[in-house]
Amino acid sequence: MKAVDFDYARAASIDETCRLLAGAKGEVKIIAGGQTLVPLLAMRLTRPALLVDINGIASLQGVETRDGAVSIRACTRQADALAHAEIRARLPLLAKALGFVGHAQTRNRGTVGGSLANADPSAEIGLACLALDCQIVARKDGGERVIPIGGFFLGPMTTALKPEECLTEIRLSPWRERGRIGTGFKEISIRRSDFALVAVSCQLVLGEDGVCRRLSLALGGVGPAPFRADEAAKRLTGTRLESRDIENAVASLQETIEPQSDLHVSADYRRRVTGALAARAIAEAHGEAMAGGA
Amino acid sequence: MAEPAGNLQFRYIARKRRTKEDRRFVAGAGRFAADIDLPGMLHVALVASPHAFARIHSIDAKSALALPGVFAVLTGDELARGIEPVMSGLDLPKVKRYPLALGLARYVGEWVAAVVAESRAVAEDAAELVEVEYESLPAVVDPEEALKPEAPVVHPDHGSNVLYRRKFVWGPVEQDFAESSHKLAFRARWHRSSTVPIETFGVVANWNHAAQLLEIWASIQMPKYPDQLARALRLPGNAVRVHFDVDVGGSYGVKRGLKHSILAGYLAKMLGRPVRLIEDRLENMRGGDAQGPDRIFDMQVAFDRGGVIRSLKIRALDDVGAHAGRAPLQLGKPVGAIVGPYRIGSVEYEAISVTTNKTPQEAVRGFGQAPTNFAIETTVDCVARHLGMDRIELRRRNLIRREEFPYTIPSGSTYDSGDYHAVLDKALKAADYEDLVMLRDKARAAGNLAGIGIACCLEPSGGNAAFEPLFNPKNETTTWMESCSLKVDLNGAVIASMGTSSAGQGHETLLATVIGEVLERDPDTIRALHSDSLTAGPSNSPVGSRMAIMLGGAAAGAAKKLKVQLIAIAAHNLGVAPEDIEYRGGDVVLRADPGKRLSWDQLVDIAHRKFHLLPPGMEPGLQITHVMEVPGGGALPSPDGRVQMYPCYAFEAHVVYAEIDRVTGQVRIGKYAVGHDCGTIINPDIVHGMTYGGIAHGIGAALYERFAYDENGQLLSGSFMDYLIPSSHEVPDIVIVDHCTPSPLTAFGQKGSGEAGYLGAPAAVSCAVNDALAPLGLSIASLPMSVAVLEELLAAAPGGKR
Amino acid sequence: MSRHLVSLTVNGRKLSAEAPARMTLVDFLRDVLHLTGTHTGCEHGVCGACSVLLDGRPVRSCLIFAVQAEGSAVETVEGFAPDPETLSILQDAFWETHALQCGFCTPGMLIAARALLAQTLSPSDDEIREAIGGNLCRCTGYKQIVEAVLLAAERMRRSNEAGRGRG
Repeated sequence: MKAVDFDYARAASIDETCRLLAGAKGEVKIIAGGQTLVPLLAMRLTRPALLVDINGIASLQGVETRDGAVSIRACTRQADALAHAEIRARLPLLAKALGFVGHAQTRNRGTVGGSLANADPSAEIGLACLALDCQIVARKDGGERVIPIGGFFLGPMTTALKPEECLTEIRLSPWRERGRIGTGFKEISIRRSDFALVAVSCQLVLGEDGVCRRLSLALGGVGPAPFRADEAAKRLTGTRLESRDIENAVASLQETIEPQSDLHVSADYRRRVTGALAARAIAEAHGEAMAGGA
Repeated sequence: MAEPAGNLQFRYIARKRRTKEDRRFVAGAGRFAADIDLPGMLHVALVASPHAFARIHSIDAKSALALPGVFAVLTGDELARGIEPVMSGLDLPKVKRYPLALGLARYVGEWVAAVVAESRAVAEDAAELVEVEYESLPAVVDPEEALKPEAPVVHPDHGSNVLYRRKFVWGPVEQDFAESSHKLAFRARWHRSSTVPIETFGVVANWNHAAQLLEIWASIQMPKYPDQLARALRLPGNAVRVHFDVDVGGSYGVKRGLKHSILAGYLAKMLGRPVRLIEDRLENMRGGDAQGPDRIFDMQVAFDRGGVIRSLKIRALDDVGAHAGRAPLQLGKPVGAIVGPYRIGSVEYEAISVTTNKTPQEAVRGFGQAPTNFAIETTVDCVARHLGMDRIELRRRNLIRREEFPYTIPSGSTYDSGDYHAVLDKALKAADYEDLVMLRDKARAAGNLAGIGIACCLEPSGGNAAFEPLFNPKNETTTWMESCSLKVDLNGAVIASMGTSSAGQGHETLLATVIGEVLERDPDTIRALHSDSLTAGPSNSPVGSRMAIMLGGAAAGAAKKLKVQLIAIAAHNLGVAPEDIEYRGGDVVLRADPGKRLSWDQLVDIAHRKFHLLPPGMEPGLQITHVMEVPGGGALPSPDGRVQMYPCYAFEAHVVYAEIDRVTGQVRIGKYAVGHDCGTIINPDIVHGMTYGGIAHGIGAALYERFAYDENGQLLSGSFMDYLIPSSHEVPDIVIVDHCTPSPLTAFGQKGSGEAGYLGAPAAVSCAVNDALAPLGLSIASLPMSVAVLEELLAAAPGGKR
Repeated sequence: MSRHLVSLTVNGRKLSAEAPARMTLVDFLRDVLHLTGTHTGCEHGVCGACSVLLDGRPVRSCLIFAVQAEGSAVETVEGFAPDPETLSILQDAFWETHALQCGFCTPGMLIAARALLAQTLSPSDDEIREAIGGNLCRCTGYKQIVEAVLLAAERMRRSNEAGRGRG
């Protein structure tokens, strides 16, 4: 399983990356962590003429807080993001989700940006970012734009990124509501480190009175792209998140999802488990908030 | 830590001892097929059929050959002219198999052409450029469809898809059924999985022109491999040298890469350069021909209201894929334990082997016994459920009792020894069974699905391949020997060698330990080698859980002969009879006068250099090759199919606790204990290790692993992303408790254990899952019990989500 | 064909060699540097037999191209032993508990274990199973591997204590 022959360029800067993307004569692929790209290359399912390696670009590494928002550079390793104090403190849902991504060895190479650009419908990072209202910065030769995550995932393995664009940064705003934050992340996979069949991410804030002030819920693996269950979230906001409230909210999920069948589970399976899985994620977030917050 | 074997009468056997082989592996100094690098070596990539069944009209290799670095593109037509086809073990003259498809491609992934190039990468580039014109034909993918007269026939010259069909009747089956107050019938399904070692198959071939000798290094575990390879390549047997000192990265039965080896050998000879063929994982999964049993069991059982099982009817339909291979014979070996560990008086066994347009099977760990044990244990559980009887109590009533051994089963095999009740009791104790029941009941009270599984299974061992003449009367093979060559050199150092490769079973340690035991010399001072096929004594390779018995027995035999020789030299030199000599650790003393003694070094010196002191008629030097036949073997089957299959019967009792997530269908194994009796254990760590590994493999077959095909014969689980091998998260901690009922047939009472764990684990896990489902009135008799299958079952039940 | 000169440090030794862009790090180690201790089992990043330490972290070397390792420090199993006649504590522990049979997955397991022990000398069973969770083994069922890592950890703790004058 050897890849086709390709040219290789190690980009020294984002500008150089964008120039290479713009000037490409055949198909160009960016290689960051390579955990998804290299298997595709090995199986000859992708046959680029040029591979642009962005792992060495310093300005694509790191996490910092700027103007109250947490900025994660695209090539930050998933392992580093998982361990990062800022992310753990300010974006607990993302930190929790990162623990589910692949395995320690793949997290040592895989990047936050790479996962988002890959756009697997059940990928954990995308799900957490969706629940947290993330902004994605994309740069090309000639300029930069910010894509809100709501418009980023277009379909399975398909994003709003143009071929000449490089994802450089994601920005997430920590929630500012007063109260106790709780996070929940549940996924079903066949073996522990396998791709999620269905995944749910949830973050909520409980007021002193035990009433839910804000709740965000995102589902993965039950449609062509991960999506936010805003209807269900609305139903839960303002309640005390009792079983009845949760059941009522997740019941509405069935109609909103369009799951697919694959080798491992059917669309019906996904349809059936989503409600219960979402309830578990919400309960986990609720429990965490009740216990004093994440 | 597993409980140590209680055989303290041995000096080295049964005691903790480091495995010699481990030393090189922890240093990364193993020598696997892909590590072999010869000057000028070329590399192979395969062109594979994308169709399940297709006529091959033409192969155009022009563009491929034009690529720089490409040396050859070999087609099936050209190859077939230069070799003999590989025949199955059955009498099927019209079912031929070639390494490259000839005329017809019979499954997706079948190798159609081979490309040889200066690197594997270039060979793959070239393989993509080979243009093959196919005419796609209707394919058959389901074994029951394959039996129908209108089904496409995979081997048209053979005329049907049935490779083998025979119904055996042993004992008064119809009468027993008529007289029984209770009868049940059901179907059990064992879907296709296999051993899937982490190392794929690989072979290096080099034709030595000057010596007219084909040198082979391969990741091989196969009896009669050098012979079959030579025959296929139309070479005399002594023109092929297989080097057995290649480390094999796991096999558990399947590494019989004869087609790979014939291909590599042919190419090496054709090109005059060494050729290396290493399957990549995609080639291995589809075209490596190493898939495993794929069985439909239709079971009928007759029993009385007390739970005594009187008779069984078993119809086993096995889908071997597109070529015969060894697979049909895997229906034959279970004949040797067809009633499991139970006192069942009569059995009808119908074995049917069919071809379909899928990847061929190969010999899988247990050679058909694991699926059969699953079917038998499922039957026992069905009986228990029907009668509302405790599953353990039911087993106790039916298990053969200690005092009944040796016990002959209806199909003609005699079980050598055992104490099944004691092992079961030990397993239950090790599992804290009473606590498990409380744990289960507590989980159930909380609304969860929890169950305990019990399985009692046999591991026939010793590898007497009596299924060969059983299934093919034209094959009168009754010899299934093994040998060990032993010598002591001029310096007094001991060297032992075996004529086979090893795949992690620790045979070097086995040899050193056994020889050390007999000669009373420290095994660390004994060198154990893998020789090559030209210099080795006869061997039938590590299959059928045979090496502890056979290689151990051959080594013991050689060492005993050597000891006799040393005593004879001593007696002659001390002027006494051999009975007057006491052998102590290689030195000898006169029993009546211990002051009169000769040391090991002195004895060795006499043997090698002092002919004038040698007893008259004795050959000089110290070298023995001892060849051993299978104990109790050597007979042809009777007309009604009765024969002694394997000589020794190990036994295992599994106790498993599992919970099922009723929403997701995921199974979590919480506790796993197994009682294991393989007689005398020669090396505890090695035996325990293989048992843990076998259980892990069994968990995979029970819950995760399946070669899944779509209706067009496309393999859907052809990579490790979809064929799911258990990781350290899916395999629980396992407690093994040993028991020892020695075999009366072997040198030290040892039985085989290479297939331990795997033969019982699928049944045990199935039993646990069924126990968990039982309160809902649900059951399942099909493996694997995947997340999808269990969730669907739960959802469809009354109260479920549909 | 795109060939590159790759300069990196392997087991403490600086070296340079040519590799095509498409050659993976594992193939580079094995075929160019003749360090055959690291194995390929799947070439698509699942089995972990190809695990090496890259700048101190365990990674799948079949998912990295050799050219990408330019300037990096790679450690393979061949670099574990202090000298050819001695084994490291971890390797010796694997031998002691028989944490292997065929030996094919073993180098990858050693890498994963080493990375864990660099983080903690008191790993729990769960932590060990997590650390080796990305390394598949078909022979052992993992139990003796867990025992080996526990044993190595204990021996390393004791040798640390001895080193601090408390042993």
